[in-house]
Amino acid sequence: MLLIHASLMACSQHSDPDTLTFWTVGREGEAITQLLPQFERENPAIHVTLQQLPLSAAHQKLLTAFAGDSTPDMTQLGNTWLPELVAVGALEPLQTRVANSKTIQPNDYFPSIWSTNVYEGALYGVPWYVDTRLLFYRNDLLKAAGFDAPPRDWAQWRRMLAALSHPEQGQYGILLPTNEYDQLTSLALQQPDPLLRDGGRYGNFESAGFKRALTFYVDTFRLHQAPPITNVEAGNPWVEFGRGVYSFYFSGPWNISEFRTRLPASAEDTWNTAPLPGPDGPGAAIAGGSSLVVFRRAKHKDAAWKLIEYLSRPDVQGRFYDLLGDMPPRRSSWNEASLRSDTKAQAFRDQLEHVKPTPPVPEWEQIVNQMQLVAAQAVAGDLTIDQATAEIDRRADRILEKRRWMLDRAQHASSAPP
Amino acid sequence: MNGQRAAWVFLAPAAIVLGVFFLLPVIGAFVLSLTDYDLYALADIHNLRFVALGNYWALLQRPLFWSALGHTVYFVAVGVPLSMLVSLGTALLLHSPMARFKPFFRTALFAPVVTTVVAVAVVWRYLFNTKYGLINYALEWTGIHPVDWLGDPHWAMPAIILFAIWKNFGYNMIILLAGLQAIPTELYEAARIDGASAWRQFRHITLPMLAPTLLMVGILTVSGYFQLFAEPYVITEGGPLQSTVSVLYLMYDEGFTWWSLGSASAIAFLLFLTMFVVTACMLRMERREAKV
Repeated sequence: MLLIHASLMACSQHSDPDTLTFWTVGREGEAITQLLPQFERENPAIHVTLQQLPLSAAHQKLLTAFAGDSTPDMTQLGNTWLPELVAVGALEPLQTRVANSKTIQPNDYFPSIWSTNVYEGALYGVPWYVDTRLLFYRNDLLKAAGFDAPPRDWAQWRRMLAALSHPEQGQYGILLPTNEYDQLTSLALQQPDPLLRDGGRYGNFESAGFKRALTFYVDTFRLHQAPPITNVEAGNPWVEFGRGVYSFYFSGPWNISEFRTRLPASAEDTWNTAPLPGPDGPGAAIAGGSSLVVFRRAKHKDAAWKLIEYLSRPDVQGRFYDLLGDMPPRRSSWNEASLRSDTKAQAFRDQLEHVKPTPPVPEWEQIVNQMQLVAAQAVAGDLTIDQATAEIDRRADRILEKRRWMLDRAQHASSAPP
Repeated sequence: MNGQRAAWVFLAPAAIVLGVFFLLPVIGAFVLSLTDYDLYALADIHNLRFVALGNYWALLQRPLFWSALGHTVYFVAVGVPLSMLVSLGTALLLHSPMARFKPFFRTALFAPVVTTVVAVAVVWRYLFNTKYGLINYALEWTGIHPVDWLGDPHWAMPAIILFAIWKNFGYNMIILLAGLQAIPTELYEAARIDGASAWRQFRHITLPMLAPTLLMVGILTVSGYFQLFAEPYVITEGGPLQSTVSVLYLMYDEGFTWWSLGSASAIAFLLFLTMFVVTACMLRMERREAKV
């Protein structure tokens, strides 16, 4: 059925002048097919053609489409990728459209999430859903070990991890896949030191703050409170969390529904979510998520903006949460029935007021990948903390070399006499 | 004079096709490798810098390039002889007068070559699984401790080699089988009359008669194995701890994940240079042996 639908849409792509092409990334593509009929009923002149990109190929496909001059009208875009596409001039500024919009109220959005769409003073995207990382925990196991509440700071967290880890029985406090960078990035963002210095010219990984975060991260493995495995080897972490192999799980909002479908209904009361503990007291978490953006070369910018406004409506965002569990970026959407009544979503609601974006440089994705590769070497015991942070800085500085050159050139050009 | 012109006219179609689709792109890639062409340059050509041999110099100083080259050489050095041995062994078995159901076995052994890498890689990932994999199950049965094939940096490359040999040996087997069938049977008859054992027949008739075929198969396999990419790409994604990153994988990563096309072109040329030197050495050794 879906296939017929897709092929019909493919046929009409060229004949219909008001066909809006919209790329989605990952799981959102399936859920949105259920939101589009209402949009098309409200706007009979617009027809939306969806193309669903798998997450693993999306980054490459977006850049290739830009290089090959075949970008769609609009796309869903992870907010860490936004600076990259803005830097190459692929995206349409949306400032004036937002100012004239009745639906989209910037003040209603979580400020850190909104700010990830502002690049050098101009707005390029409207947040669609938010994503952050916090703790899932087994409250029954914590209680059995004598802890009544989830940890609020690292010291408490460390004590709980120690009490709940029994590596000889194959039980660990937490699962931290060594090939995922979100966890270490979250810990690093809790520190006062920025991750890059001098306006994103150099890495700042040798700062005291990052060293503290990396030490906490690596110690968790050295103390055998987390197994040194990748997510490929972790296999099915949901079932293992249910079995009590891990008492904590450091992950994002989509896992609420994942746990509900994979664990028996009777297990619902054995786990909960908690904001991320910080070095001293409740800490910040990563301001992630996806935005909706319009391409500069789009042919149907007005139609694209209509769809963005539709998808930003609180009632539509509430339905989107029901379909997929993606959390809305605006506070009024959190008043929709199912979100307000879900206790497990509340930790995310609280955390979202304390989130911090990653450095807005196009090279960030590349740098954070290198950071995790080096961190994995430190976990394996090949590098000390000092060696690892020096190596991450070295790699970051190499990656940022071109950016430095471009910034310096722009400065010279503006300071030189006309 | 006229004859020469006619020759050029006849050569022209092939020369033009080669020039446009091979020579020009190669020259283009070489020029690209002398610049820092990247995403910024893609957006605005004024962001392009000519860096001469800077990309090459930076690469030679990058530990990841050397480790990628090391992994590739490891893969070639272990994979090629093993793969040729398996191909030769199966070809000899198929050629043996005692073999039954020859067409069936020939097809069955050739089958892995025509399967899609991605599809069979998924199957092999299950076979290699530490907890549930068939290979560890068999090892356990023989009393050997299970191996963390794809999770242990020391075992990931052997696992890739095993998979690559299984995937590729059939192709060489068919070529070697054709070579074996081309050896005149009179030679074996004469040897048997002289009382030569099966081993001596193999050593003094089969091997020398097969040498040109073996050399060609060897060169093709070496240049094929140097371009290791699809296997780690689908099975391990270069991991664990980057222990299966090959030179070509590094090039792909630089070029298409991060769009550093200048640096990626430089990697391509360094790989080409390495392969050129290795195959030239192989040809030279062969010639020297032929003289002796």
